[in-house]
This record gives sequence, C-alpha cells and structure tokens, in this order.
Amino acid sequence: MWSPVILVPAILNGLMTGAVYALIALGLTLIYGVLHIINFAHGALLTAAMFAAFFAHQWLGIDPYLAAVGLTPLFFLLGYGLQRFVIGPAAHGEDRNILLVTLGLAVVTENALLYVFRADTRTINLPYAFDTIEIGTAFLAVPRVIAFAVVIAVALALWLIMRFTDTGKAIRAVAKEKFGAELCGIDVAHIYAVTFGLGTACLAIAACLLLPTYYVNPTAGNAFVLIAFTIVVLGGMGSVSGALAGGLFVGVVESLSGLYLGESLGQIGIFVMFILVLLFRPSGLFGERT
Amino acid sequence: MSRRPSAVSRRRFLQSTALGAAAAAGVLHAPAVLRAQGPAIKVGVLHPVSGALSYSGQQGRMGAQLAIDEINAAGGIKSMSGAKIEAVLGDAQSTPDGGNAEVEKMNGAGVAAIVGGYASGICLAASQTAARYDLPYIVDVGVVDSIVSRGLKNTFRFGPGFGVIAKTAIDSLVTINEQASKAAKTLMIVHEDSAFGSGLAKLLNTQLPERGFQVLETIPHPTPTRDFNNVVLKIKAQNPDLVIPANYYNEYVLLARTMQQQKVRPKGIYSVLGGAASSYKFVKEFPEAAQFIMDCNHWFDPKNPKALALKKQIEAKGEFYTYEVYMNYSCVLLLADAIERAASADRAKIIAALESSTFAGHVMPYGPTKFVNGQNQGAAPANTQVIGNDIQVIFPAAFASAKPVFPMPPV
Repeated sequence: MWSPVILVPAILNGLMTGAVYALIALGLTLIYGVLHIINFAHGALLTAAMFAAFFAHQWLGIDPYLAAVGLTPLFFLLGYGLQRFVIGPAAHGEDRNILLVTLGLAVVTENALLYVFRADTRTINLPYAFDTIEIGTAFLAVPRVIAFAVVIAVALALWLIMRFTDTGKAIRAVAKEKFGAELCGIDVAHIYAVTFGLGTACLAIAACLLLPTYYVNPTAGNAFVLIAFTIVVLGGMGSVSGALAGGLFVGVVESLSGLYLGESLGQIGIFVMFILVLLFRPSGLFGERT
Repeated sequence: MSRRPSAVSRRRFLQSTALGAAAAAGVLHAPAVLRAQGPAIKVGVLHPVSGALSYSGQQGRMGAQLAIDEINAAGGIKSMSGAKIEAVLGDAQSTPDGGNAEVEKMNGAGVAAIVGGYASGICLAASQTAARYDLPYIVDVGVVDSIVSRGLKNTFRFGPGFGVIAKTAIDSLVTINEQASKAAKTLMIVHEDSAFGSGLAKLLNTQLPERGFQVLETIPHPTPTRDFNNVVLKIKAQNPDLVIPANYYNEYVLLARTMQQQKVRPKGIYSVLGGAASSYKFVKEFPEAAQFIMDCNHWFDPKNPKALALKKQIEAKGEFYTYEVYMNYSCVLLLADAIERAASADRAKIIAALESSTFAGHVMPYGPTKFVNGQNQGAAPANTQVIGNDIQVIFPAAFASAKPVFPMPPV
C-alpha cells in the first residue's frame, strides 16, 4: 500500500484533479474578493459552460480545447451582463440580496437545463481521451496533463492581469476600498461586472478542460462547487495564488485520503483540513492576515 | 359606499363564470357520450422524473405511456365497451415523500390503479400509502425484497427481486467460470456505498467464498465520485481475475473508462445490476471500454417480436431502449389485462384479477406469470454480455442469443 508504485501515481492524480478544482475556485475567489459575495450560481454556470462545450462538439464538431477559445470570451460577456444587468440592479446595494439573487439564478439555470436537455448524462468520446503519458510507473491521461498545464497558464495570466494592467489595479482598488476607488474616478459597477465576467470565463475554461474525461448532466457542476468553496477558504478569500495552491493541495489530500481511508471517506480529509484551518488560521493557509 | 356594488358584481361574476365552466364541461363531455364509449379509466403513472433519478424516471414514464397509447389505439378495454385508459402522471421527485404525495393526489383524482415508483425507497413508501386506499399498486422496478414481504394485498411486483437476482448472478458466474475451466479464482468488488451497492457487496462477500472464489478486496465509493484513478490503482496492485462493479451509470462509465486508460484488463468484468454494463448508451458511446463486460440485470426477451418492435419504435425516437422502458411497458399491459378480465375499474376487483393473473403478453424473458404474495414467481434476470457493438443475452439458455466470451481475449 505504501509502495511508490501506488503512492506516486496517486499524488500525481491528485495534482491533476486539484488543478481543475483550483481553476473553478479561482473564479469563485475572484468574485468573493472583489464583490464580497458568495456566488451560489457558480455551480450552475459551470454546468451551463459544460453543456455549451458539449454541444459545440456535438453540433459543430469543435474540439473542446478549441471551443475554449470561443467560449471564454462568450462566458466573460455572459458574466459581465449578469452582474451588470441582473445581479447588480436586483441587489439594491444590499449584500444579502446578492446572495439570494445568485441562489435564484442557480435554481433557474439548473432547472432550465433540466427542462431543455432532460436529465440525460452526456459524454464525449474523443480519440485522444484514452492516450496516456508514462511517467515511471504512472500512466497519466493526456487530457488531464493538458488541463494541468492550462490551469497553471491561466492562473499566471490572471495574476499578471491583476498585477500589471490598469483594469487589474482597478479591481484590486475596488476590492480594498470601494468608496475610495469610486472617489478616484473608477467606475465601480463596471469593475464589479468585469470581475464577475472573469470569474465566469474561468468556468468556461474549466468546463472545456473537464469534458474530455468527465460527463455533463444538469447537476454535474455542483459536485465541484462545494470543493471550490473549501479551497477559497483554505487559500484565503480573494487570493489568486492561494486558490491555485489550495486547489492542488486539496486534490492531493483527497487522493491520498481516498487511497488510505477508502473512497467513501475520501472527502473527510478535505473537510477535516477545512475545519482545522478555520479554527487555527481563519484567514486561510495562504491568505494575508487581516 | 362605492365598494358595495363592486363586491356584488364580483360575486355575480364568479357565479356566472362557474356556470359557464359547468356548461363548457358539459359540452366537452358530450362527444364522449355520443361515441357510446365507457368513461376513461384513470391509471396513475408514478416516476421520479426530476431529481437524481430523473433519467430513469423519464425512461419509465415513456415505456408506460407507449403501452397506454397502444392499448387505446387498439380499442381500449373491450370488456368495458372500449373504455380508454387515461394516464394520471406523477413526479416522485426522486424521494419517498414525493412518491407519497403523488399517491395521495392520484387517489384524489380517482385512479383505478398505480404503476411505477422505480427506486426501492419510493416503491416501499408509495405502495404503503396506496394500501390505505386499497389502491392496486404495480411496482415497475424496485428490487428490494421487503417490497413484497410486508403482506400488503394491493402491491404486486412483476419483475425479479434482489434475492433472485443475486442468486441467479452467482449461479451463472459459477457456470461461466466452469465452462472456462475455472479461469477466475480471485476477484475484487467495487460498489457504491448506499443501500443498493452495500447490500449487494455484503451478499457477494458471504456467498462467493462458498463457491470457491477469493475476494481480494471490497472497495466502496460514494455517488457521485469524480475520479476513479485511485480505485483502479488498487485493482492494478492486486491484479484480480475478475472485477465486480455494482454502481450507477455515471460511476460505472468512469470506472470502465479509467480501467481502459490505465491499461488494467482483468480476465473478466462481471456486474450485478451494473449501472451501465447492459446499457446501449454506454456501448454506443464507449464501445472499447464496454467490450465483453458481462451483467446480470433486467433484460427483454430477444426472441420476442413484440420486444424487438418496441425497441425499433424507441430507437426511432432517438431514445435508448433501457430496462425502465420495457419493464414499465410490460407492467401497464399486465394491469390492462387485469382490468379487462375484471371488466371493472373497481379497485378490489382489479386486485383479485391481478392475483389470478397468468398474463403472457409481456416482452420479458420470464417464466409463466403467477403471483404469490404479490411477487411474480416467473420473474428472472438475464445475463448479458457486450459483444461487438451489441448486447447479447448469454443466460438463461432458453433466451440466449450468444455464447459467453470468457476470459476476455487480449487486445
């Protein structure tokens, strides 16, 4: 059981799975960090993105990785529009209203998907989905290795955007001090919407990375969101690098506790970790102390 | 002062609307009387069409409705001057409580009987509630054996229960293995951790060692499970001759795909009520991962022309011919036969007619229909194997369309 023949592949698998968790958590943490709301519609939007990627392949024959190029800006616009024209106006400036609006959005989206596409589970069979890369004794599925690389690249790009562009600086300014930012002439409503758009765009990429090895049905996204919430707290709310590190960490913890405690108890490891962090480092493992 | 006249006029308005509605209802009913046809017989069609089990529920509803349409197109219930069957659809929302609520509604709507339930939990609750109104309840799938062992007079199960399925599965496995000069000695069980998978794993763990198999490890997993790499790693490390998965569709497919990806290829994959093992959808989408997988499950009679005609009809609609479809189809036909013989929509008469049923017009590979304490004694599962792009029946011999391929040939 402790032999490296099992241990090494299990850790590598955990890292691969964790990368996708991290990307989903990135979107969530960004929205939380700036808008200070928990976006309950995150799971439903992920499901919607997975359906979009699925039908791009089914109807137009577009490979999911290629579809990401088109779907990412599309979902950015969708997220921007949602925040600008639905969530923002409906919230009337009250945070708890936003909570309810996103919850409502989740219910509506999920049921609309159920109504249109029925509960059928759909999968794509791609020729390369079963290709593997051999690293020592481990067979790593090609789509998962691609996913890992893409997530690292996206996280890096996001970090660069936040660090060096004017929009990134504006986002950080709004996150730190909304009123002050507004006084400096930053359009807060616009920045909110941009952030929400970025978060949603992350989901589109995650969906395209998931689809070659995973399935989609109207509740598929929910399986990931509880984990993503945990990662956001672990990594420190609103921190990009925290979400990435937290995601990878959770992936490995889940994989190892699944291996040694049994798959049924695999998630216990994550939530024990979660409770410990909340008790002893409420700002998150990688978060700044407040 | 100005409010009073408006209140009166509203009351008048309501009265006139009620009269109008009554008149309209009378007009709508008139043609039915003119056709000299008995009033429609209401039948409750109960399935979990939303929630976690919605795919199965929707498939089941489709099968039941096809049977009802067919009966009505062929002239309805003849002993009741061609009375049509009218479906009262219900959504159990994938919970026992949801099922109960629908039974209450259906009883209120005056149904003569209820067909469906799908999941064991829903069947248990819904049939119990129906029993309070002496309402005949035909279980479409629900395999837990306590469904028919509670002494409920109103509850009938046309299909096989858990005990019969497990016994058949183990007997067939022993036979298949003996035919292959005992190629398999060791095995691993991968099961989902709710009542269905755990119950089955427990049963297999006690019975298989008695039949000469060594169970190397039993791995439970939750539903949903996102990743099967660890499970497959464990299988790889132990290298069993046989892998026995017992889980639902999504996890089954993920497990089979991961095994293919990690190049884990035991001598055989044998499932009992496997979620995807005998699913046309799985075979169509992942023919390589599905190849040579065996299953012991509900299946239609491949030599019955009616079963094949129904298959064509379903496939022409772009749907998959799953067991929910033909089991519900058969159950509705069984009920219609009972109503025909009872020549009445009276609940007690229908129950009596079901008790004495010898119905043979179904599409299942069953023995003669005979109900003892509500369980059809002729009901039995079939063993199937994915061979090429099709699913063949390999057991029982009377219905078999192919010989088992075991051990799996190397790629």
